[in-house]
Amino acid sequence: MATRLFGSGIRRREDPRLITGSATYTDDLTLPGMVHAAMLRSPHAHATVGTIDISRAQASPGVLAVYTGKDTSDGLQPMPCAWLVPDADLKVATYPCIATDTVRYVGDIVAVVVAEDPYQAYDALDLIDVEYTALPAVTNPAEAAGDGAPQVHADVDKNQAFHWAVSGGDVDAAFKDAEVVVKERIIQQRLIPNAMEPRAALAEYDQASGDLTLWNTTQNPHILRFLNSVVTGVPEDRARIIAPEVGGGFGSKIPAYPGEFITVFCAKQLGRPVKWNETRSENYQATTHGRDHVQEIELAAKKDGTITGLRCTVWAGMGAYLSTAAPGIPTILHGLMLPACYGIPAIKEDVYGVYTNTTPVEAYRGAGRPEATFMVERMVDRLAGEIGMDPADVRKKNLIPAFDDGHDTVTGLTYDSGDYPTALDKLLSHADYARLRAEQATARKSGRYIGLGLSTYVEMCGLGPSQVAGAIGFQGGLWESAIVRVHPTGKVHVFIGTSPHGQGEETTFAQIVADEIGVGADDVKVIHGDTDTTPMGWGTYGSRTTAVGGAALAKAARKVRDKAKVIAAHLLEAAVEDMEFADGKYSVKGSPDKAKSLAEVALMANVAWNMPANVEAGLEASTFYDPPNFTFPFGAHLAVVEVDKATGQVDLKRYVAIDDCGPQINPVIVEGQVHGGVVQGIGQALWEQAVYDDSGQLVTGSMLDYALPRAGRLPEIEVLSTVTPSPHHPLGVKGIGEAGTIASTVAVYNAVMDALGPLGVETIDMPFTPERVWRAIQQATKGH
Amino acid sequence: MYPADFAYYRASSVQDAGRLMNEHPGAKFLAGGHSLIPLLKLRLAVPPALIDIGRIVDLSGVTVANGRLRIGALTPHAEVAASSDVATHAAALADAAGQIGDPAVRNRGTVGGNIAHADPASDLPAVLCALDASIGIVGASGDRTVPASEFFLGMMTTALGEDEIVTHVEIAAGQQHGSAYAKFPHPASRYAVIGVAAVIAADGDACRSAAVAVGGLVPAPVRASNVEQAVSGEALTDASFAKAAQRVGEDLGDEILGDLFASVEYRRAMAPVYVARSLSAAAARARK
Ligand SMILES: Cc1cc2nc3c(=O)[nH]c(=O)nc-3n(C[C@H](O)[C@H](O)[C@H](O)COP(=O)(O)OP(=O)(O)OC[C@H]3O[C@@H](n4cnc5c(N)ncnc54)[C@H](O)[C@@H]3O)c2cc1C
Repeated sequence: MATRLFGSGIRRREDPRLITGSATYTDDLTLPGMVHAAMLRSPHAHATVGTIDISRAQASPGVLAVYTGKDTSDGLQPMPCAWLVPDADLKVATYPCIATDTVRYVGDIVAVVVAEDPYQAYDALDLIDVEYTALPAVTNPAEAAGDGAPQVHADVDKNQAFHWAVSGGDVDAAFKDAEVVVKERIIQQRLIPNAMEPRAALAEYDQASGDLTLWNTTQNPHILRFLNSVVTGVPEDRARIIAPEVGGGFGSKIPAYPGEFITVFCAKQLGRPVKWNETRSENYQATTHGRDHVQEIELAAKKDGTITGLRCTVWAGMGAYLSTAAPGIPTILHGLMLPACYGIPAIKEDVYGVYTNTTPVEAYRGAGRPEATFMVERMVDRLAGEIGMDPADVRKKNLIPAFDDGHDTVTGLTYDSGDYPTALDKLLSHADYARLRAEQATARKSGRYIGLGLSTYVEMCGLGPSQVAGAIGFQGGLWESAIVRVHPTGKVHVFIGTSPHGQGEETTFAQIVADEIGVGADDVKVIHGDTDTTPMGWGTYGSRTTAVGGAALAKAARKVRDKAKVIAAHLLEAAVEDMEFADGKYSVKGSPDKAKSLAEVALMANVAWNMPANVEAGLEASTFYDPPNFTFPFGAHLAVVEVDKATGQVDLKRYVAIDDCGPQINPVIVEGQVHGGVVQGIGQALWEQAVYDDSGQLVTGSMLDYALPRAGRLPEIEVLSTVTPSPHHPLGVKGIGEAGTIASTVAVYNAVMDALGPLGVETIDMPFTPERVWRAIQQATKGH
Repeated sequence: MYPADFAYYRASSVQDAGRLMNEHPGAKFLAGGHSLIPLLKLRLAVPPALIDIGRIVDLSGVTVANGRLRIGALTPHAEVAASSDVATHAAALADAAGQIGDPAVRNRGTVGGNIAHADPASDLPAVLCALDASIGIVGASGDRTVPASEFFLGMMTTALGEDEIVTHVEIAAGQQHGSAYAKFPHPASRYAVIGVAAVIAADGDACRSAAVAVGGLVPAPVRASNVEQAVSGEALTDASFAKAAQRVGEDLGDEILGDLFASVEYRRAMAPVYVARSLSAAAARARK
């Protein structure tokens, strides 16, 4: 027990079941009498819906029921939006579960079929005749905000879902006095989250008792239980939501969707368990997308590289309806981070949330913060180019010096702790930046185009204090809870309100508890994802599970430890003040052989034959932990690319990531999170884009066209770290789930632009498809 | 993804497959399923029946006999890529097979299915054209052999009759040449945006003769005869390859395919780059 488990790279206990395929996902569940739902989705981006003839579908073999919007409008309330950003003139358009008179994106549901097997359900979909009258559609957020654009919702003028602004410092003065101003228009293209497991729901409703069990691919079952009560009317005490194994989410499984509520509706109507499993094509069309910004940015600076101000306007595509948390993402999680790790002293940003005839947009790994980091980090490189300074030097000039207990920004945040210069220095020396620059110069002489791209970042994660949640319009709390229960044999059950789905907390949380109370990690089982057995919690997203849920757990474990000390003192006939917890044992200070193990204490606590006075039986504690602040991980990344001038192809040759998430509970898991995050960010820079044509059809509707990162096209990612504890977290930890995605897109972008700098190329829209890069080169070198 | 209803039959021999096809008009042969099953799932193909030829053992494998390299139609791409016989006698084919899709696709997808399907973005058709392969076919009206250059007729169109089965492909073995395949893969599907196969017979440091076939950007592979002529007799240098490659525009014809990822104009511009790269790689092998 003497060795500390915190900090040890023990294997993930999740992996054996995931690797061998024995994990149980929603679609793996089968209930007696279970039937299958399939959704009929609109093939039009925008159309009025006339008569729907379901008679042939109803008569199709195996079909039990066909419901349209008319049938569900009483039983299913509209989808709620749960992040009502204040002071933003927010207009939440009605979002029916099943469309009645108008469809607003390709994928909007118009009917549901329930049949004995899924094949029969899909066969019947082909037999539903819907009379559509196509309307003009709009898909680009900047266009949708313009005059004369098609109206997605009749009652939302100019498609403006909200206008949010943030400002701090004297921006006008910064630009008036600026010696240098650089400007750029950046498109943060729309991305498809692509969780390995598409979404699914299985609903079982007992018509006699009114009890509902809903198995669902969710990142936050407790929030879903609440939203389910609003939409389907099943009260919270009657609804049990279970998130079984969930195969990735990346934000797309935060929101509630019409699909699961329609499934509940069908189960209620039919009195039989109903399963709905989305196809990959449906996943592309109807599971939320990410990003979709048009950004106009100006940066003000002095000639010596000092950044003095940032001014920008963003048109953020929201899709056809506001998804559960959508309004908070391009606003709170985005604009507040613009001071970045430079503490930019003057900021002004206007964000227009815009309805378009596209799939609703939600959080996608990083959620708002990659888009903010990109803006700043891109402009830093532009500034470097403008004043002829190395991008690393511009960064060094502006980074906030190390601080360990708070740095206030002009946007009202207080970064908890940071040492940005050390992270950058470590990156530059590990990568041997000076040598890379020399190699780049030599390569250029022989007509090879190598580029170096840096990004330094800080992110807000560990969402977040509940008081802040209230102030920013989040319709819920953001605390977490945990229960630690020690059984008579000293084995431990941990119940948590967060809902990990691949991140590895079943392992890291066991490590935390093991150290805190004196057991082995294998003695601790972590239970999550079931609203009937776990305490209330707000879910897994925003890099908050360890930052908030881990804190709750550490505190609960410490309560158990304190009680164990009292019981041990009693058994050892010692005073509590004389007891200590050392080497995993509860011992009398100075006499290490007078000690009790946790198992011994637990046995007594559970049988309670001989308890200290006024001490309750049992060895269990729970905590509700509301963090005093967000946590602010940070780091510095470097990408090295080579561009093939003949074809425009980009080869990512090297990637170095330095991330600081505070002390690492399990460095192997941290490395895995960095790998995944970095790769998804690289995907945005080089390959991924969801493209709609002018009529609103999703052109990249499958993996044949939507290019995901592939291992074979990536270099070994070099993962390093610095360690700056959070001053307010009981374990000092910050969060690592999104860091890689936040830093990597712009690192790669900067690298490609650095490679093309000598050719005079200034901007290219992402992703860097070979053709785009080639055209930019052709354009820039025309006439040379 | 849920296909429409279909019946399933498993053929025990080529003859049995022919008989089943006769009994079930409109049926489709199923080999590796890596082109057909996706079409079924998207309901883009709705055949009444599938006739699985995947377990006909004598249709699989690589052999060399009587101066011919023979590859059975059911040989999976991975086996072609790993075969030392293929590497020795038709290196371009090994190159191409090794770059198809991903490991799962290479383990299941077959040579016969690939050419019968004749997707314009497939790799093997161009390679087989450049190597002057012949394609063995069995049907109700008997056996026949068709040169690759006459097999691929257009986009997903071949000389194959409804009831005919590809049994094998054959390539002359022991030729004194070097061959190579240069591919520009689509980043999502891995199919060829452009694929160029080149075969070069060397005469010292000069090119005695060359065969070049281009796929991916055209509905069916084309032999680049202008390039072949331009490079023949020239020095085996990158400069002469680059020059000869410029002629490929004259070989491509009018119908160039474009898509969201790579437009017609871009593909046209890239064709000479890949022709030159394949010539260069083939020459390196020809010199050895
Ligand atoms: C993700 C993915 C990536 C891919 N990438 C590439 C790539 O990069 N390059 C490439 O070239 N290909 C690629 N392919 C296609 C792959 O090579 C397929 O395996 C091949 O095209 C079809 O072979 P199959 O054995 O799977 O045929 P099947 O799918 O079984 O059949 C395809 C068609 O051919 C017919 N058929 C099959 N065998 C015969 C036969 N012996 N005689 C007559 N008709 C027959 C079938 O009836 C059907 O119409 C990819 C496929 C996938 C799924």
